[in-house]
Amino acid sequence: MQSLKRKNHELADTLIQLEVLNKATQQGIQFPAFTQKLRDINLFPLKPTQLEIFQVNVGKMCNQVCKHCHVDAGPDRKEIMTRATMQQCLDALALTNVKTVDLTGGAPEMNPDFRWFVEEISKLGREIIVRCNLTIIVANKKYYDLPEFFKAHKVHVISSLPYFSAARTNAQRGDGVFEDSVKALKMLNAVGYGQEGSDLVLDLVYNPSGAFLPASQGGLEKEFKQKLKQGFGIDFNNLFAITNLPISRFLDYLLESKNYDGYMEKLVNAFNPVAATNVMCRNTISVSWDGFMYDCDFNQMLDLKVAKIAPQHISEFNEAALNNRSIVLNQHCYGCTAGAGSSCGGTTT
Amino acid sequence: MSNTYYNPEDLKKFGKIGEFSPNLAEKFFSYYGEVFAEGELTAREKSLIALAVAHTVQCPYCIDAYTVDSLEKGSTEGQMMEAIHVAAAIRGGASLVHGVQMMNKVKEIVM
Repeated sequence: MQSLKRKNHELADTLIQLEVLNKATQQGIQFPAFTQKLRDINLFPLKPTQLEIFQVNVGKMCNQVCKHCHVDAGPDRKEIMTRATMQQCLDALALTNVKTVDLTGGAPEMNPDFRWFVEEISKLGREIIVRCNLTIIVANKKYYDLPEFFKAHKVHVISSLPYFSAARTNAQRGDGVFEDSVKALKMLNAVGYGQEGSDLVLDLVYNPSGAFLPASQGGLEKEFKQKLKQGFGIDFNNLFAITNLPISRFLDYLLESKNYDGYMEKLVNAFNPVAATNVMCRNTISVSWDGFMYDCDFNQMLDLKVAKIAPQHISEFNEAALNNRSIVLNQHCYGCTAGAGSSCGGTTT
Repeated sequence: MSNTYYNPEDLKKFGKIGEFSPNLAEKFFSYYGEVFAEGELTAREKSLIALAVAHTVQCPYCIDAYTVDSLEKGSTEGQMMEAIHVAAAIRGGASLVHGVQMMNKVKEIVM
């Protein structure tokens, strides 16, 4: 399977994705503007709260090609953050009280400067999250020691595992992904991750394998813990339930499977004002591989940079100006406000 | 308009059933909501029961609705199919158990 970009698919163009999201559907349904929904609850313009999370996408290269990937990542994506841009991120970080640096990709570990970057962030004394796809740990000998490396820097590992069964996981993430993920989880457990009494945190991410909303996070966590322990002897800390946003490859799936109208309708009808108040873009800045800043990872993938009231590149980072910005919104935002809400840390209500 | 008795779009209109009798509809939906809330049974277990019953009463609207609802409550495809087999077994068993009646009659009238 190739990325949309490699296939020259029209949805690789972010303007076309935005056009699809904003125009009436083929059935003639025009969904209400997300901005109007926020106006109705006096939340427009949406303003940031306090900057707490610095999310850095260090590149789109990945060893997997997941069907729902909002990054359109894969082995054929060559966009990689340079050490110079990482240094600009570190310089910006040093100016802030940001508590958490959240490293994502692609598979962030495939960036040749990944380990250097983690070490430098560690020196600044910030919590480090790595969004590890698990299979990278067993993909090549040079990654086998990642669990030890994570442990040395007390990295908080967050990993996608869409289900506790091979069939549903592999259908979404590729053949053999479940089996390799189990191997990697055992390696993480072996160095102390997810173990009772350990301060090494291993969280898992569930996302629905299709055009439906996630189940209750608490119930799923209980079931994942039971099934992974009984079936494979695996332990982890928390499970985050995340809603699939209608962009990139998941948007392609929705359109191809003729589920787009029904899914958008579901998201719009499930709009939850409390979830809207707690959206992650209010305390997060997302930095792309080439150093531009966005309100969230999804805006990054739609190339919707932070509002121009603030400098848009990390080399000109200005926290005060960013705090005055209004968050850029579009129709995909319905994905974060549906039901129990959704963020990179799971539900928000 | 679809030229069949069952139109998937009609499921979305279920909430408007109160148009001709608001009082009864309100009572029904209030009861319905209460029935499916978490209780001694979990919402997920109730959804699986609903899915099985939907197949027994052969309601396409209910099958659509409770297939999606079961997935959104975290059920697996295997659990959903097992629930339907329970319905099928009861339904089949309900026919078969009447065989006893047939046997009784046979024994009554045959030498």
